Amino acid sequence: MQPRLAAVYGWLLLLPALVMLAAFTHYPAVVTVWHSFFSTARGKREAKFVGLDNYAFLLDDDIFWQVLWNNFWYALGTIPVSVALAIVMALWVNGKLAGRGFLRMSYFTPTVLPLIAVANIWMFFYTPGFGLIDQITGFFGFPSHNWLGDPDTVLNAIIVVAIWKEAGFFMIFYLAALQSIPPALAEAAVLEGAGRWYFFRRVTFPLLMPTTLFVLINAGINSFRLVDHIFLMTEGGPDNASSLLLFYIFENAFKFWDTAYGATLTVVLLAILAAVSIGQFLYLERKVHYQ
Amino acid sequence: MSAPFHSHGYDRLLNTVGAWTLGLLWFLPLVYAFWSAFHPAAYAVRFELFAPLTLENFAEAWAAAPFARYFLNTVVLVTMILIAQFVLCTLAAYAFARFEFFGRDTVFLLVLLQLMVMPDILIVENYRTMKFLGLLDTITAIGLPYMASGFGIFLLRQTFKTVPKELDEAARIEGAGFLQVLWKVYVPLAKPVYVAYGLVSVSYHWNNFLWPLIVTNSVETRPLTVGLSIFSSTDMGVDWSVITAATLMTSGPLLIAFLLFQRQFVQSFMRAGIK
Repeated sequence: MQPRLAAVYGWLLLLPALVMLAAFTHYPAVVTVWHSFFSTARGKREAKFVGLDNYAFLLDDDIFWQVLWNNFWYALGTIPVSVALAIVMALWVNGKLAGRGFLRMSYFTPTVLPLIAVANIWMFFYTPGFGLIDQITGFFGFPSHNWLGDPDTVLNAIIVVAIWKEAGFFMIFYLAALQSIPPALAEAAVLEGAGRWYFFRRVTFPLLMPTTLFVLINAGINSFRLVDHIFLMTEGGPDNASSLLLFYIFENAFKFWDTAYGATLTVVLLAILAAVSIGQFLYLERKVHYQ
Repeated sequence: MSAPFHSHGYDRLLNTVGAWTLGLLWFLPLVYAFWSAFHPAAYAVRFELFAPLTLENFAEAWAAAPFARYFLNTVVLVTMILIAQFVLCTLAAYAFARFEFFGRDTVFLLVLLQLMVMPDILIVENYRTMKFLGLLDTITAIGLPYMASGFGIFLLRQTFKTVPKELDEAARIEGAGFLQVLWKVYVPLAKPVYVAYGLVSVSYHWNNFLWPLIVTNSVETRPLTVGLSIFSSTDMGVDWSVITAATLMTSGPLLIAFLLFQRQFVQSFMRAGIK
């Protein structure tokens, strides 16, 4: 095909997807920044340019800092545990244990459930008094506890739900990676007299590194992107103790209808995601070039 | 772990016990949900082996909210997104994989940008856009931001690149146009990837909640997830058993599909993940 013709066809093929991507991803991402410099239009009063006022407000907003802090702890509580569990699950399911069909199903099933349904099920778990958790602790003589109503426990309760939902999903990626490790490596290690733990530490784990990086970045993005369970379980409460950044954006933009502040908060979220994803970018870049 | 290592009896036992403990723990919430959904409300938190089974909770949930309509909306939504994604991503992936032109790689990076800046977080501005387009409270508005998927384009591009160029050229010598080549050579060879991507996409959009919550406002457009959240958060004094029944009902089709085609599901997620 002639180069010029190839260019014309190439752009024509790209056009529909590019228009949609630009309209619903690139344009909103850019215009968010623009709108964060304006006030919110209310009634007859139009939005006017306010410079950095929204950002000054943001820096003074205690709830914002609390929410950011919450989100940070949420990520820190969710990511390492679910990734570690995912590795262990993958090793087990990849081995020759009895009933691994059931185990794989059991680990993976939470992944196909909507987060909103998961929240419903766990709500019942956490119900003070007659929820399952209180029944079990009650059996051992502990007093009843309102897990979701106590600012000290609510974030941890949410973290447990996120781990339950995500570990099985990440397991899949590790399973794929484990299956691509040549069995000859393990055979050689046995001949050399290496122990199982040594083999895992020195061979398997390093070979899983690209997967771990990929999973970590995905887990990082997810901890800022998935807030569905907050809506059902706590609505951010009590006293914003379980509010996460995206939920706070939703509250400001669609409950208080302060879209300018919503845009300002979105800019913060975009900045965080950009930071998280620089790693992914480099990683993908490398992968793309190797192929 | 891997086979060549000699498994000592106790070591194997320890692993098996650990794996099963975690497996049962992981399964417990679902078992619990099934228990309370299939038993009368009186047994929701009382575990007696011979408690009577009932479908009453499902009937009650079905009657209490327009779930039939929600199901229809979700099916329409998921189908619409899937078809649009297949068409848009196939065309774009083909261009990225097999056409040489100036600026291609830069544009590809812009496409990859969507892997981190997902429409899920651009709710404020996308709402403004939908309002401007007059599409608020329509199923189309829920689907639009997801139709050109950076992930889908990336996945299909990687696949198309593995198709031998000779096949492409042979088809062209036979006189096939480039769209015919795409349809007759590339698409059939990428079938497993389409299945994988389809499964991932369907489960993603069946389960999606936040954006549909924002952009819909009526029974006629609301998908299942939003319907379920409204049903379970209204304090109408609905029994827990009924709510769990509704919860299982809304996730039912996906859950059943998963249990039936477990292997395909797991392999699809794997395939989509490692590209």
